[in-house]
Amino acid sequence: MSAIADSPPVVVLAQAGKGYWASVWSRLIKDKVAMTALAVILVIVLAAIFAPYIAPADPFKGSMLRRLKPIGFPGYPLGGDELGRDMLTRLIYGGRLSIFMGVLPVLCAFVVGSSIGIFAGYVGGWINTLLMRIIDVFFAFPSVLLAIALSGALGAGILNSIVSLTIVFVPQIARVAEAVTTQIRTRDYVEAARVSGAGAFTIVRMHVLGNVLGPIFVFSTSLISVSMILAAGLSFLGLGVKPPEAEWGLMLNTLRTAIYSQPLVAALPGLMIFMVSISFNLFSDGLRSAMEVKQ
Amino acid sequence: MTGVIGLPAHVPELGEDRGGPATPLLAVSGLIKHFGKRGGFLSKAGAVVRAVDGVSFDVAKGETLGIVGESGCGKSTVARLIMQIIKPDAGELLFDGEAVGSAELDIRSFRKQVQMIFQDSYASLNPRLTVEDTVAFGPRVHGASRAQSITLAHDLLHRVGLEPGRFAGRYPHEISGGQRQRVNIARGLALNPRLLILDEAVSALDKSVEAQVLNLLLDLKAEFGLTYIFISHDLNVVRFMSDRVMVMYLGKVAEVGPADAVFSKPGHPYTEALLASMPSMDPDNRTQEAPITGDPPNPINPPPGCRFHTRCKYAADVCKVDEPLLYGVGDMHLAACHIANPASGHPLATQAKVAA
Repeated sequence: MSAIADSPPVVVLAQAGKGYWASVWSRLIKDKVAMTALAVILVIVLAAIFAPYIAPADPFKGSMLRRLKPIGFPGYPLGGDELGRDMLTRLIYGGRLSIFMGVLPVLCAFVVGSSIGIFAGYVGGWINTLLMRIIDVFFAFPSVLLAIALSGALGAGILNSIVSLTIVFVPQIARVAEAVTTQIRTRDYVEAARVSGAGAFTIVRMHVLGNVLGPIFVFSTSLISVSMILAAGLSFLGLGVKPPEAEWGLMLNTLRTAIYSQPLVAALPGLMIFMVSISFNLFSDGLRSAMEVKQ
Repeated sequence: MTGVIGLPAHVPELGEDRGGPATPLLAVSGLIKHFGKRGGFLSKAGAVVRAVDGVSFDVAKGETLGIVGESGCGKSTVARLIMQIIKPDAGELLFDGEAVGSAELDIRSFRKQVQMIFQDSYASLNPRLTVEDTVAFGPRVHGASRAQSITLAHDLLHRVGLEPGRFAGRYPHEISGGQRQRVNIARGLALNPRLLILDEAVSALDKSVEAQVLNLLLDLKAEFGLTYIFISHDLNVVRFMSDRVMVMYLGKVAEVGPADAVFSKPGHPYTEALLASMPSMDPDNRTQEAPITGDPPNPINPPPGCRFHTRCKYAADVCKVDEPLLYGVGDMHLAACHIANPASGHPLATQAKVAA
């Protein structure tokens, strides 16, 4: 009996007692791509948060004499926009709304969507079928079209675009949550918990949540970039943020007239959207592989 | 049994013997479970898998009942039906003389007294919980404080041969298969049950570890006064563990009796074939010909009459028409075969009677 208890002491003791998330983190930190992406995200987020302290100029103060200056123009490190405002300042400030519009709808959809999905998956049966068929209806529309239609119906504005983006993401997250939960629900350890007399709520809290939230979370981080792009698209169409607010999508819209005179300046907001969204994607990829190693 | 492992004070009353030694701990009668293959849009409606089709047996206090049979014969379904993980279509469970699910014995207090050990030691442990949390979960659910349940978990881990100081804080992926199965056993004991159902509990372990776990199970049975239902496809293991053996075939009981009698003088041709299919330890006495071939018939559409007649070497006309009941072939030894019933009209029936 003690023979097997004693057998692998060296290797096992080295990681004994280390929590799951600690081991995920230790794998993630070795992933250069994911850590670079995380660094990019952190720099941009911090810059956005501390925008008033680091931005060189006032984001709303324009000058008719200095419109559409090229990158590197004295006093305008990244050029000036169509109203002569400092591009660098506006890009820093723009991150506030853009990232907010990327993260908040996904966060709301994560809460609502995983609740629906985990409930449906755990309860199963016809309730599950009913909920999932309703969810399927939303999949009939392409997400861009759905977001535009909902925003159009609700009217322009930041709050309405957040609501419409949330509605776009809820079905996607709910479907992933349902799939993972259905898989976990039939595991022996869930049955063992049921056999020990635990109620459904306790089982979900102790045995289901910990095992499904990870995959749902990874999927949700990959939606942040989609949300940013969709939000930028809504602003571009005039359904999201309104001028003179600085937001990358809106800046892309207002600068499109300058595409021939100052193409590099006009492309800058697009570059920001690209950088942030690809960073979120790369980070969620890294997170996924860091979490996959041990179930 | 009281207080051996320090459960909360109200447990002993619930777990104590009520019906006396003669009352079976568990009496199962007429258990039926048909899994409906619901007719979808394109598939044929109404096909029904008769997973368990009228199974009755008793488990006496303190004994080990072994259940053997091929894959798909309904062994595990019986275990899950007893545990109320799935609901039976028909049938009655009496636990120590009281109907399970009745006012006297609701399902929650029944489950507290009956626990199950699963086959897959990995899938039956939550990967996100430490070993001690897994063992402590049951007592926590039943109202023990955290400190109390952790102390109990440490006691049990120590008892199953895992030093709590080294293993309590580990996660399932950090320990070996045999150690995981010990954790499962500790969890099964945490509620101080009276009946433990072991569903292929050692089948996934390699032979040396299997032997250790079997010995541990025997020790624990004596120490805690447990009763086991031991389900396995491994005849040697079942013989080693069991006082009585029940052989199942296609959702029905083929034979049931004392382990020695069943193994030395099988009363059902299926048992005979199963025993003959065990590899012999003597090289001069090799099994030359497979005693039984092919897969069992599809339980969606079981053959009429005796379910075994399609593969039985003694099959006669009566076997294709009449379904045999359980007939006595010895002391406490029953077999569902027409040969055991002189009135059946089977050509071999009288001969068997003489033999019995």
